[in-house]
Amino acid sequence: MAIKTIGKHCKGCGVCVTFCPKQVLGLDALGKITVVDETKCITCKQCEMRCPDYAIFVEKK
Amino acid sequence: MAKVLLLQGNQACAEGAIAAGVTFFAGYPITPSTEIAEIMAKRLPEVGGKFIQMEDEIAGIGAIVGASLTGKKVLTATSGPGFSLKQEFIGYATIAEVPIVIANVQRVGPSTGQPTAPAQGDMMQARWGTHGDHPVIALTPASVPECFTLTIKAYELSEKYRMPVLLMLDEIIGHMREKIEIPDYDTIEKPVRKGPRVGPSEFKAYEPDSDGVPPMADFGTGYRYHVTGLVHDETGFPNGSPAATEKLLKRLHEKVERDIDKITMYEEYKLDDAEIAIVTYGGTARSAYAAIDMAREEGIKVGMFRLISVWPFPEKEIAQLAQKVKVIVVPELNYGQMVGEVKKAVEGKVPVKPMSKYDSEPISPKELLEFVKNL
Amino acid sequence: MEKLIEKYYRPRLPHIWCPGCGNGIVTSSIIKAIDKLGLDQDKTVIVSGIGCSSRASGYLNFDTVHSLHGRALPVATGIKLADPELNVIVITGDGDGTAIGGNHFIHTARRNINLTVILFNNNIYGMTGGQYSPLTPTDSKATTAPYGTLERAFDIAELAKAAGATYVARGTAFHANMLVDVIAKGISHDGFSLIEAVTQCPIYFGRQNKKGDASAMLKTQRDNAVTVEAAKKLSPEQLEGKFKIGVLHQSEAPEYTKQYQAIIDRAQKGAK
Repeated sequence: MAIKTIGKHCKGCGVCVTFCPKQVLGLDALGKITVVDETKCITCKQCEMRCPDYAIFVEKK
Repeated sequence: MAKVLLLQGNQACAEGAIAAGVTFFAGYPITPSTEIAEIMAKRLPEVGGKFIQMEDEIAGIGAIVGASLTGKKVLTATSGPGFSLKQEFIGYATIAEVPIVIANVQRVGPSTGQPTAPAQGDMMQARWGTHGDHPVIALTPASVPECFTLTIKAYELSEKYRMPVLLMLDEIIGHMREKIEIPDYDTIEKPVRKGPRVGPSEFKAYEPDSDGVPPMADFGTGYRYHVTGLVHDETGFPNGSPAATEKLLKRLHEKVERDIDKITMYEEYKLDDAEIAIVTYGGTARSAYAAIDMAREEGIKVGMFRLISVWPFPEKEIAQLAQKVKVIVVPELNYGQMVGEVKKAVEGKVPVKPMSKYDSEPISPKELLEFVKNL
Repeated sequence: MEKLIEKYYRPRLPHIWCPGCGNGIVTSSIIKAIDKLGLDQDKTVIVSGIGCSSRASGYLNFDTVHSLHGRALPVATGIKLADPELNVIVITGDGDGTAIGGNHFIHTARRNINLTVILFNNNIYGMTGGQYSPLTPTDSKATTAPYGTLERAFDIAELAKAAGATYVARGTAFHANMLVDVIAKGISHDGFSLIEAVTQCPIYFGRQNKKGDASAMLKTQRDNAVTVEAAKKLSPEQLEGKFKIGVLHQSEAPEYTKQYQAIIDRAQKGAK
C-alpha cells in the first residue's frame, strides 16, 4: 500500500494516530502527521476516514 | 390585446410584475400590501410561475434571493415592520449582487403604527435601512398606471445593475383605484439579465465588465460559483483584505453613480415660469397637482418637481431647480425626510420649507394651497 | 478520497476549521454520499447559513450559497421551488439551524419540500468563540454561561419529526461511513430530510467542558451512540445518557414542488 500525507493540510489534531490500530502513524517535531512504519499498515483507512483535514490518503498498491 | 381596466395600485404593481416576466413570488401577508401577494398567488400559476407564502418576512425575501439565482425574475411585497425585517436580505442581495424587486407599500410607523393609514415614513429606511455603506435604487409611483410601468422599470434596473430595487408605494397609491390601459404583455420588452460570455473554466463570478456589473450565471448551468455575503474578490470567494474590501464597496457604489443620469426619473409640472417649486413624490404628488392648478387660478406661479426615482437622489436636478425658483416646498407624509436631501442639494441658495404631515391622513390639495399662500 | 477531493472540492484547502474539528469529516461524508449517488455536479446546489459548519459551502465545487445567519432554508426553498430539477443540499449548524433559523426549520419541514439538510451539531457557537446554543446540553459551560447552562437542549430529530419532516436520521463524525449512508438515503428521499451530524468542537466546547481532545470526543461519540437496531434491545435504563444513530424516522407525504406543479397544471387549464 501507499500512504500519502499532505503536511500543508495537517493541523496536527492526532485523530489518525489515535485510531490507527497498528501504530503506523505519529506526529513529527512540528506536530504534523508522519508515517512511522508503513509496513504495519493494514489499509483499514480509519485514518483517512476520520482525518478532518484531508491530510492522509491510503491506497492499495 | 390592450385593455382598459379599473385597478388598484397594488393590482397594477402585480400585473406589471407579470408583464415584466416575473415567475416567482415569495412573501408574507401584511397590510396594506397584501393584495400584491393575493394576486400573485392567483396569477403566477396561470403563467407557469410559482408563488409561496413563507413563514415570515425574512423567509419571503430569502426565497426570492434563492429563486433569482436560478435565473428567475422575482418579487416580494411588504409594508411597515415587514420592510424592517427585509433589510437583512436587502443588504445580502446588494453585496452578493442578486437582482430582486421589493414593493413596500408604506403605512404609518414606527412599529405596528397605523397599518391601514398612509405614510411616506420609510424613505430614509429605503436609503439606509440595511447596515453598511450601500447604493440603493428606489422608485415612487404616483398613479395606478405608473405602478404598472415603474414595476417593469424596476426589473430593467434590477437586472441591469444586479441589485435590489425598491418600489416605494404608499397606502394612497397602493389602494387607490384608477383607470389604466394595459398593453398586451407580449408587446412589452422583458428585461434581460446579462449572462456569461465565457465558458465555466474561464468564468470569474464577480469580475465586472466596464459597466461595473459582472455577468451573472444561472444556477444549474455548469458555472458552479459561490455566492456569499462576505466581502469577496472577483472570484466570489471571501477576501477580507483592505484592498479587496475597498474595491468591492467602491464598485458597488460606482456602478450606480456612473449611470445616475440614466437612472434618474422625474416629472416637471408647470415649472417653466414657477417661482415656487413643490418637490414631492408618490401619493402626495396627487394633491400637489390639484393644489398647483388651484393656485395658478389665483395667479400664484407654482409648479412641481415630482421625484419618480428618489434614490439615487437627483441632486444635480434639484440644484438646478434652486437656480430657477425663489422657494421650494417639500410636502411629505412624515416628520421630514426627503426635505433633508433637498436642502443638501440646494445648499442654502433658496429657502426650503418642509410641509410635514404625520397624522395618518393624506395632505389635501387645499391644505397644500393654504401652505403655499402663507409662505 | 483523494480523487473525490480533486473532483468535488475547490482548490481552497486547507480549510478554516480548528485542529480536530469534526466539520471536515462531516463535509467529506456529504461528498461521499453525493458521489455514491452519482448526482450531477452541475445540477446540485449547496446552501449554507452562517457559522463554522456553514463555511463548508465555500470549499465545495458546486453552485453554492453562503447565505445569512439562520436563513439557508428560505434561500434553499426559493432555489428548489424555482427549479425543482436541482438537487438542493443545505448545510447548517446547531445555532444557525435551530436558534436564529428555528422558525424556518420547522416550517420547511412542515412543507415537505425536497431538501436535504445536514445539521452539524457541535453543541456550541464556534465562530463567535463558544457561546451556548439550543443544542448545548443542560449544565454545560459556555462563554455566555460561565455558571453552566440552565436551558434544556432540543432533540432536533424529534423536533423535525414533529414538524413534519419525512426523513430523519442521525450520525456522528466517528461513524463516518454510516453518516455517508444516512446522508445518501436522505438525498434519495423525496421530501424534507434532516440528518443530524453529531460532531466535535474540541476547542470551544471541549475545552470549556473538559471533554478532552478531538480523539477523546470522537471516542465519546463511539461510546454513547447506539444504533436504532441495537437500541430496540436495550431498556430505558441502559439507554440513559446514550443517543440513537441511524434512520430515526421515515414516512411518505406529498412533496411540495410536485404538489405545486399540479397547481400550475390546474391553473393553466383554467380549472379552479
